[in-house]
Amino acid sequence: MKKQTIINITFGGIGGQGIIKASELLGWAALYDGYHVKKSEVHGMAQRGGSVESHVRFGGKIYSPLVGPEQADYLLCFHAEEHPRLKTFLKKDGVDLAGFLEKAQAIIENPRHLNTVLVGVLAAYLPIRNESWQKAMEVVFSPKIIEENRTVFEKGKALVRQ
Amino acid sequence: MAKKENLTKAFLSGNEALARGAWESGLKVAAAYPGTPSTEILESLALYPELDVQWSVNEKVAFEVTYGAAVGGVRSLFACKHVGLNVAMDPLMTASYAGVSAGFVVVVCDDPGMHSSQNEQDTRWVGPYAKVPILEPSSPSEAKEFVGQAFEISEKFDTPVIIRMTTRISHTKEDVDLGTRTDIAAKPLVKDWEKYVMVPRNARMRHEVVEKRQEKLVKLSEKSRLNKVELKNPSLGFITSGISYMYLKEQFPDASYLKLGMLYPFCDEKIKNFSKKVKKLCVVEELDLFIEEHVKALGIRKAKFKHPSFQLGELGPATIGDLVAGRPKNEKKLPARPPRLCPGCPHWSVFSVLKKLDLFVAGDIGCYTLGSLPPTSALHTCICMGAGVTFNEGVRRAHPEGKIVGVVGDSTFVHSGITGLINAVYNKAKGIVFILDNSTTAMTGGQNHPATGKTIRNEATKALDLPALCKACGVDNVDVIDPAGALKEFEELVKKRLDENTLSVIIAKHPCKLIK
Ligand code: SF4
Repeated sequence: MKKQTIINITFGGIGGQGIIKASELLGWAALYDGYHVKKSEVHGMAQRGGSVESHVRFGGKIYSPLVGPEQADYLLCFHAEEHPRLKTFLKKDGVDLAGFLEKAQAIIENPRHLNTVLVGVLAAYLPIRNESWQKAMEVVFSPKIIEENRTVFEKGKALVRQ
Repeated sequence: MAKKENLTKAFLSGNEALARGAWESGLKVAAAYPGTPSTEILESLALYPELDVQWSVNEKVAFEVTYGAAVGGVRSLFACKHVGLNVAMDPLMTASYAGVSAGFVVVVCDDPGMHSSQNEQDTRWVGPYAKVPILEPSSPSEAKEFVGQAFEISEKFDTPVIIRMTTRISHTKEDVDLGTRTDIAAKPLVKDWEKYVMVPRNARMRHEVVEKRQEKLVKLSEKSRLNKVELKNPSLGFITSGISYMYLKEQFPDASYLKLGMLYPFCDEKIKNFSKKVKKLCVVEELDLFIEEHVKALGIRKAKFKHPSFQLGELGPATIGDLVAGRPKNEKKLPARPPRLCPGCPHWSVFSVLKKLDLFVAGDIGCYTLGSLPPTSALHTCICMGAGVTFNEGVRRAHPEGKIVGVVGDSTFVHSGITGLINAVYNKAKGIVFILDNSTTAMTGGQNHPATGKTIRNEATKALDLPALCKACGVDNVDVIDPAGALKEFEELVKKRLDENTLSVIIAKHPCKLIK
């Protein structure tokens, strides 16, 4: 098993923004990279518009599938109005990626790509190899949309390097 | 869902892992009615072409079809949400007496915190009530492992076996090791009337068998590795199960644990021995006091229990520390946005008219239940599946002159509205029953049902004709209308039917926005 350190990430926004898919992508990437990984979300029913939060934890051995208050190393926020609620999960010295939300929205043409751009941003911070991300995308995206998602993922990573 | 070829590990939810485990264990027949958080079990099983799977009309039917298959001689599985088991309790209680030929597993997904449910009932009590064993996994990997053991226990002890899941286990994903499938041939069909015909003479004999089986199951519970003792630091010990175990391990990694994977029947000796080995003993469980009451009955004085406030809702990393310390629950959470009907949802137009006419609306279970939320506030009861039909009748019996109607969804109507409609006709009830036909089971994510004319695998089948069915029940008027395109006509129709002293069905037909 890989490095013992555990990394906690909280994703959040509202239903219909592709948050579950984003955390799914991270989950598969962490799996392919050899980590033990758990993902769990809190949301209401099938309808759109309610709050959604998703937690991913990876590392050596993971017990709780949920990130507790002030435990997230990274916070990936998809909707500005949800930020105050989500912020309670962030560690005191955790990295708040909310600042990338507007930049991410500015560089995409299709709003459906918001989740992949933001995961690209996150990927720039995480110890997961590029090949594991690429394999994860093959599982999570259908062949029809995989190429466009690979492109916006790279754009997201590039936002961090700017 | 993952592509499964050439993978030794996959990132699976508890529901997907359980399905995978059942498939690996030689499962043949599975059935369910959709219900959050259990829905993905059947959806995952439907991806394995060698399995015979179905969305059934309701849980009672699903139970009977799968239990029949197990009596017939193949491994079978029924899945439901906690309240779904209520609908299937009738066959379960007697299936416990008659037993099985091949393994039969009942998966029940509870919903602590009521993320998408009308109550928070705790299925663990069904163990002692139906006298069947209950297993409870703590993770997706365990769900996969436990289902294989459940089939073995079912066959060895001649009993249905319940696997109790919760939303948190069903919907958590983790990396899960994959295995291969073991095919099992069907057992020959036997005619054993003393075992399978539960007339009093035979049922009396079978009840004796059940009580003897209980004794054997207790022995299994004592020696099974499902109930695992982890002795570390003896100063603090926990008796726990399910997801609670995970939250505890996170915060008390050095403590000692008795982790109950087989929750019923209890392993009394193991519990007593464990309690002797630790200095402080704490029982940690979500919802009801199932383990607590048993530990108390065993006379274990040193055991500490949770504050009563913890009988409500889900546990979690934020609150588990307070629970262990014996403090009341103190959850500081900023309010989350509630779900609402999707923009453009067909139900909006129906509710705008019902609200305008200021009717008392008996509701049912589905997306349309959200019509009760302010500012719409146009739905006034929601108790269980099918009650939109029967409450139109019941509330009218209290107020025969009241402006009362009922609403029910298409899938819900087929699930358990039809019998209520026949009852209304038979007993001369009046009023309007609206079938909000969005051509899917929307609230659980859009599953097929008899009136969509498609099976769980999207294969074409005979479509149930709802207007013809309602006419055949003897309803006075059956109208089909798309209110979204004809709001004025819809309103006129409702007024007209209200003025007549008749029983009417108005089918408001417009597809759910989320149908692909
Ligand atoms: S899922 Fe369909 S039926 Fe449910 S609220 Fe959305 S549009 Fe309406």
